[in-house]
Amino acid sequence: MADTSNSTTTSIPTDEALGLDGLDAGREDLALDLPGGAPATLTAPLSGASVPDGGSPVGSAPAQHGLNAHSHGAGVPATNRAERRTSFDVADFPVPSGREEDWRFTPIERARDLFEPAGASVSGLRVEVSTADGVTHRRGSSDASAGKGFVPGDRAAAVAWADAASAGAVDVVDIAAEADLAEPVLVRVASDAPRSAGHLVVRAGAYSRATVVLDHSGSGHVGSGVEAVVGEGAHLVVVSVHQWEDDAVHLAQHDLLVGRDATVKHVVVTLGGSLVRVGSTVRYAGPGGDATLLGVYFSDAGQHLEHRSFVDHEAANCRSNVTYKGALQGETARAVWVGDVLIRASALGTDTYELNRNLVLTDGARADSVPNLEIETGEIVGAGHASATGRFDDEQLFYLQSRGIPEDQARRMVVRAFFADVLQQIGVRSITDQLMAAIEAELELADGSGDEGDLPVVADGVEAELAGARL
Amino acid sequence: MATLEIRDLHVSVETPDAGPKQILRGVDLTVRAGETHAIMGPNGSGKSTLAYSIAGHPRYTVTGGTVTLDGEDVLAMSVDERARAGLFLAMQYPVEVPGVTVSNFLRTAKTAVSGEAPSLRHWTKDVKAAMDALRMDPAFAERNVNEGFSGGEKKRHEILQMELLKPKVAVLDETDSGLDVDALRIVSEGVNRVRETGETGLLLITHYTRILRYVKPDFVHVFVAGRVAEEGGPELADDLEENGYDRFLDSSAPVTA
Repeated sequence: MADTSNSTTTSIPTDEALGLDGLDAGREDLALDLPGGAPATLTAPLSGASVPDGGSPVGSAPAQHGLNAHSHGAGVPATNRAERRTSFDVADFPVPSGREEDWRFTPIERARDLFEPAGASVSGLRVEVSTADGVTHRRGSSDASAGKGFVPGDRAAAVAWADAASAGAVDVVDIAAEADLAEPVLVRVASDAPRSAGHLVVRAGAYSRATVVLDHSGSGHVGSGVEAVVGEGAHLVVVSVHQWEDDAVHLAQHDLLVGRDATVKHVVVTLGGSLVRVGSTVRYAGPGGDATLLGVYFSDAGQHLEHRSFVDHEAANCRSNVTYKGALQGETARAVWVGDVLIRASALGTDTYELNRNLVLTDGARADSVPNLEIETGEIVGAGHASATGRFDDEQLFYLQSRGIPEDQARRMVVRAFFADVLQQIGVRSITDQLMAAIEAELELADGSGDEGDLPVVADGVEAELAGARL
Repeated sequence: MATLEIRDLHVSVETPDAGPKQILRGVDLTVRAGETHAIMGPNGSGKSTLAYSIAGHPRYTVTGGTVTLDGEDVLAMSVDERARAGLFLAMQYPVEVPGVTVSNFLRTAKTAVSGEAPSLRHWTKDVKAAMDALRMDPAFAERNVNEGFSGGEKKRHEILQMELLKPKVAVLDETDSGLDVDALRIVSEGVNRVRETGETGLLLITHYTRILRYVKPDFVHVFVAGRVAEEGGPELADDLEENGYDRFLDSSAPVTA
């Protein structure tokens, strides 16, 4: 396929195009190296592949922004996701030292116990499922359907897989073929033991339509796996909300297997917990699949919230769109986003885009943002990514206050606006509203200002804007 | 009748290398509703510092004197309290607020300033009328505050806010700078509309006399080295237009081009 003649340019929107040029794009550890403030187009010639630019020979295409541009700091080679190990056997993964590419940002000292199977001492995550017509739930120590769309990608995930079996905490939620669920299926996931594990399988039958909301709460150290197997033509929304107690540690892997012409939307919302790390993987079981990965996080002082995604494009004519947005507030608040996309040689007609935005509300917080794009075929529709970290600065605050808007309300306005476009993409109004309320509660907690402003928040207007916006 | 009184105001600003630097050295000024004052002066004379000090920008430290609005101590108020008390600052360089639309911003500000949400029907009509008068496209309301605005759009947006928020006293910091003749005329018309209500005191801060051709001041104050050096009527502006600021400048000071 190296002599393909169709032109593939992948645009990288500049900050200006994305409407963040008012913020300083400092404070980020951005592996993406945009020379001179972002080129309008990029060409990404890779080994054994070509992305010709308007028919020019591969060799002459300026490698201004190929894989090599994604240098990962001193001595760490560029990611090659195709070669990353996956296995159900814990022994296949060495215990992380913290220097590995996929662990280098994580404060692993908080999670060391989750690298060794706990055997009999592990508790199963408590799981409650609101069932409805067309939805069934079963639980056991193993299930024939588990592992069909999931394979651990790191040691913690392999440990969680083993522990879930030991604890008898393998849950399967089946959505019948062609079921069209009016209400979201609510899955309450709770941990109240020092050490818990669980594995949840969501099977969306062919041509079904459903929304499944996982609501995580409690404390302790938790390893878990989620696998969503989306049947042909099905439409599945999975929302995973993490509102853990302050001391909780949660390492999770979510794998999505997208069937032929199926649509899946996966939303991760991470608000609570000392260390929460969620890795999401998308694979396509056939052509025509569409995956949207959304993330929203709010990191306070002392929190480390890490989100990784990997979209493995192997089938043809599939789409993926990844959008993660986070706010950070307080000294030592940390957030990490690593977004890997691999377009394999067979994945003709792929269309992919990923974006990460961070809003730093106070000094001392740190957001790391690392997009990685590997392209092995030029015959794609598009591939792009963008990342920026901005600050809510004193001048914005002054401007809003000088119009009579109190400080706490000014912050809420900016944060609300920042998250609105991601939250509205969830497409379920009640969930969007709940999440916005939860984020605002975070903001007030972090503010430390118990006193409510006397003034009514103009919420109706924003909601009108949400409702009016195109999804 | 609203009155802003500034008495013997001293203000310093923190500089990165030289520590605090005194900018205002005893400013006296009284602005009443319905009056239009022009503050003119050479660059660096402290005009903008006066504007930002009245609004309460944290960068400026008041080291002496008083500012009162109808007898209330303005200096004891937070930035937003000052705005709610009836002060308004049209900024020279308005700030971008990503993600917040003009329409949401205006409604939130109006709600904050008047203490209750405006009735939706009247509000929508008022905004539309004010935007029409300033020749602003309706689509403008759905853009993010100041994001990607041209210089003229930013200034019109500031005047739009002034017209809608109806302050007791408005300070316009170099509102004429960077505007072409058409934009200057449109902005000046907006200022004159506010002026003609007789309910707002206006303090126009300007380096040039351009805007004063369209907005006739009742009083002109010449600002030099952090205080008012001379006061007069509109004729003083004409004199400055003709002869510049030379006669106010210390002859021993180094001449800059």
